[in-house]
Amino acid sequence: MEQLYYSLLAMLLGVFACVFYFFGSNWLLGVIFPINHVSNQKMAKNIRRAAAIRPWLFLGPALFFLGLYLVYPVFDSVYLSLHGRNGEDFVGLANYQWLFNDNEFIESLINNVMWLLIVPALSTFFGLIIAALTDRIRWGNIAKSLIFMPMAISFIGASIIWKFVYDYRAEGSDQIGLLNAVVEYFGGTPQAWITIPFWNDILLMVILIWIQTGFAMVILSAALRGIPEETVEAAVLDGANGIQIFFKILIPQIWGSIAVVWTTITILVLKVFDIVLAMTNGQWDTQVLANMMFDWMFRGGGDFGRGAAIAVIIMIAVIPVMVWNVRQANAQMEGR
Amino acid sequence: MQSIPSNKSNRVMMSLKQMRRSPLMLLVHLSVLLLVLLWTFPTAGLLISSFRDKDQLAVSGWWEALSSSEQNLIGRTDAPDQQVLLDGEYVLAGKIEDFNPKDEILRFGWTSQEPEAYLAGSVAKMRDGGTLTVAGDGRYSMASPTPFTGSRGNRVFYTALASPKFTLDNYDEVLHSEGIGQSFINSLTVTIPATIIPILIAAFAAYALSWMRLPGRGILIALVVGLLVVPLQMSLIPLLQLYNTIGGYFGVSAKSYLGIWLAHTGFGLPLAIYLLRNYISGLPKEIIESARVDGANDFDIFVKIILPLSFPALASFAIFQFLWVWNDLLVATVFLGNGEHELVLTGRLRELLGSRGGNWEILTASAFVSIAVPLTVFWTLQRYLVRGLLTGSVK
Amino acid sequence: MTSSTGLTLKNIKKSYGKTEVLHGIDLDIKLGEFVVFVGPSGCGKSTLLRMIAGLEDITSGDLFIEGHNVNDIPSAMRGIAMVFQSYALYPHMTVYDNMAFSMRIAKEDKATIDERVTSTAAMLQLTDYLYRLPKALSGGQRQRVAIGRAIVRNPKVFLFDEPLSNLDASLRVQTRIEIANLNESLKETTMIYVTHDQIEAMTLADRIVVLSAGKIEQVGTPLELYGQPANLFVAQFIGSPAMNIFTVTLIKSGELTSIQSQNGHQVDIPIKSHSDIENQTLSIGVRPEDFRLADQASCMLSGTISFVESLGEVTLLHLDSAESKVPVIVKIPGIINKHKGETIYLTVDADKTHLFDANGISLRYL
Repeated sequence: MEQLYYSLLAMLLGVFACVFYFFGSNWLLGVIFPINHVSNQKMAKNIRRAAAIRPWLFLGPALFFLGLYLVYPVFDSVYLSLHGRNGEDFVGLANYQWLFNDNEFIESLINNVMWLLIVPALSTFFGLIIAALTDRIRWGNIAKSLIFMPMAISFIGASIIWKFVYDYRAEGSDQIGLLNAVVEYFGGTPQAWITIPFWNDILLMVILIWIQTGFAMVILSAALRGIPEETVEAAVLDGANGIQIFFKILIPQIWGSIAVVWTTITILVLKVFDIVLAMTNGQWDTQVLANMMFDWMFRGGGDFGRGAAIAVIIMIAVIPVMVWNVRQANAQMEGR
Repeated sequence: MQSIPSNKSNRVMMSLKQMRRSPLMLLVHLSVLLLVLLWTFPTAGLLISSFRDKDQLAVSGWWEALSSSEQNLIGRTDAPDQQVLLDGEYVLAGKIEDFNPKDEILRFGWTSQEPEAYLAGSVAKMRDGGTLTVAGDGRYSMASPTPFTGSRGNRVFYTALASPKFTLDNYDEVLHSEGIGQSFINSLTVTIPATIIPILIAAFAAYALSWMRLPGRGILIALVVGLLVVPLQMSLIPLLQLYNTIGGYFGVSAKSYLGIWLAHTGFGLPLAIYLLRNYISGLPKEIIESARVDGANDFDIFVKIILPLSFPALASFAIFQFLWVWNDLLVATVFLGNGEHELVLTGRLRELLGSRGGNWEILTASAFVSIAVPLTVFWTLQRYLVRGLLTGSVK
Repeated sequence: MTSSTGLTLKNIKKSYGKTEVLHGIDLDIKLGEFVVFVGPSGCGKSTLLRMIAGLEDITSGDLFIEGHNVNDIPSAMRGIAMVFQSYALYPHMTVYDNMAFSMRIAKEDKATIDERVTSTAAMLQLTDYLYRLPKALSGGQRQRVAIGRAIVRNPKVFLFDEPLSNLDASLRVQTRIEIANLNESLKETTMIYVTHDQIEAMTLADRIVVLSAGKIEQVGTPLELYGQPANLFVAQFIGSPAMNIFTVTLIKSGELTSIQSQNGHQVDIPIKSHSDIENQTLSIGVRPEDFRLADQASCMLSGTISFVESLGEVTLLHLDSAESKVPVIVKIPGIINKHKGETIYLTVDADKTHLFDANGISLRYL
């Protein structure tokens, strides 16, 4: 408990420090560039100067944190990936050469591609279907809340939930995992699914799809509701049926949102780590890049060169989405 | 999802009345029901299991939690000093020790090799000519021509039809003996400052990027949008090195609460700035100009006008950041130690998965403790979460 | 600078990057005067107002308020107050706090604030609403709060940026009267009012400034603008429906100007003209209400009715005429029995016409 007080104290101190910084710097600005009791000319000059400096005072802490925690590490990671395990000896592209000859890396790469193909597609698909269906029924909002709920659950918590679903007991004894119970009910043989290559990958993806479908559903549901109802009414008058309205009127109007959902989940998939760590730790051919990178950070005392090289690979995969996002945001700002 | 204005959609639904009347509507109801069940069953299973008796949990599925289950148990007869001599036989009779009167014994046995050799009520032949009878209600009678010896009663193996048992024992155990209680406090310790501190920093920055004259504003906004997607993995090694260096310089541990607060602040800022900027730049320009004419400077405007008006956006981000920090495993593993006073809930769960992998009563209860807080936040503040998602995704 | 000057603009220019949107505005506004800036959207009237308010930088030129150059003075210190189009009330503050905001920023003492807010609220009949939030007020009440917020600052110059455009028609008339009364009661306060609505301009203004494409077209009292528009733009902008324009040739110059219309009619107009524009093509302007019905013999203009708008108090006739490429609009008082397809004949009093040279400048101002 004592430590919770520390944390509250830290929070208060942090808030106080922020307030102190912003108030203090603002006050200081007023002292350095006074606007009262000075000539008009001087006042005008001081106002201009203070106005030029103030935005940077407001932005200062944010720029510091962004720079130190995100911008600098990008460059440092690239630097480290060209160096040995301690980050001291320059090794050129050796780490990358090693990577592309390493079976585990190739396996991770293939798995990541599979994740990238399957998870965003299915999450978006289910999200869209659920959004479209729940919009038509009275208890739709409750249904949506329930499907959205896994969003709040940690990956590790979700992993335990699903590990329980996938639990395996030897044939003959009662299955306590839902999946094997269902398999048995339909006359199949229970399996230790988590250890069966390929299917185990799929089962891990199910967890992420389970979590992310709610996100897709929320965004797409709002997009569907944002469609001017006149277009739907016009289509009804033109004699289109429900399916035609959905595919020819609604879907084309929400392509933008579908793209947003897709790219957001894609980014998330590239970073997926907790689920693999908790379920298999990369065994049975389920390794992915983020988990492998984590592994190399600490394996045998840590190999920062190889770890950084894997991080750089993940970064390279993210860049296209990043460029697209920045372009979208710029276009949006010009539109304002 | 109350926050999404439903007026408009109601009208869309009205215009789709034709479809509602069709028999397809039944199909829609059924498929939504199926999807909802699919999505809630796993969590429901966890929740129900965490309240079940650990012996029952281990042998039957949670969907059978309300029906009786067969359980193999071991009990004892009374101690030999209770024996009586009856018709030339030494007899011990009574109830099996620790037998739950709600259960019903189906089969019993007196050796561990054959624990269910006899039906309840039948007579089992023991060695030395003795007999043992166990009835369904737990009464037993054991007879032998020679006296029973020893200080403890005989072991009785039995299979009982156990009635469903629900208990808080699992929670009691994980909170007190498995360290979940301490980890809960550790998680709070990490989460509270790591949620509040970035908000203030981001709000000022978002205001500057929305309403202040500033060269290179467009570039800075683009930078923030770009940083939104930079994978955390890029930052881990450089920051770990930096923390090690700083820790070494001051002679303190590289892994500290301060370190993780600042790390979460840094990692949370792009989303915070982006979300708040979207909101703040959408506030009416005339209100800000009016304040300026009224004599307020940028600082006054921010504190007296922008902050109060931005409450919904601040709340949205606070929820995001809270959920993200609370649920995070990676940053905590890298930047915070493994000590009793540092290990957070997610880290503890990971540890338990390794050490107590088969003990579902521990895992389910622990997992539920860890997801209880985010679920509460989710159910009470869902509309801010939805609003945040809608303004937060790059459109 | 004499103390009777409220506001002086000297060659004020505004550019955004390389685009110049105001091309040198010169204007003198007297102390206590009510001046309306009017013009089509995009003419720069709002930009000009915002420059006076200090919300936009002045690219070049000088701005004086009561004799002091305020180019570099921040808004709050210029002694101005502004009423915005959307009212811009602070949504999270009560009416009282909205009105007190500027004084609290200026760190006035509590008693003064309270005194000023209460008296202003009483004047604007807002006393019962002082502790409500803006969202609990009607449009007209919000408008009054916005005005009240400006009044409490006791400004030298009162700026209005299209303050009535968010109100419905009946409220608009009422609020217009309230603003006129306000102007009566604040004799020392100069008021500048921006609108695109000429009725507001005509009814409220001591003087109207007509702007177009970043330039002043004419400054004058409402009736000057109506009776003696300086150029074609003002002629067509002021008055509704707009003035009809026909092409004519100047036959003889002098104190009386003789012109000949395209179909050969000759008329003498009591406007002086210079001999060097003899035989040039001019434009003659006739307001719809200045036409009178005539017989074929004495008519100046004939045309076929293409459309009739019977409004009760007046009847508007749209004519297709050989004299004009666009339909000629005629306003006849009362209800008349004319129908589509009929040919009618019209005459005009010569002294009610307006002549404009090839550059569109009125001959009266040459």
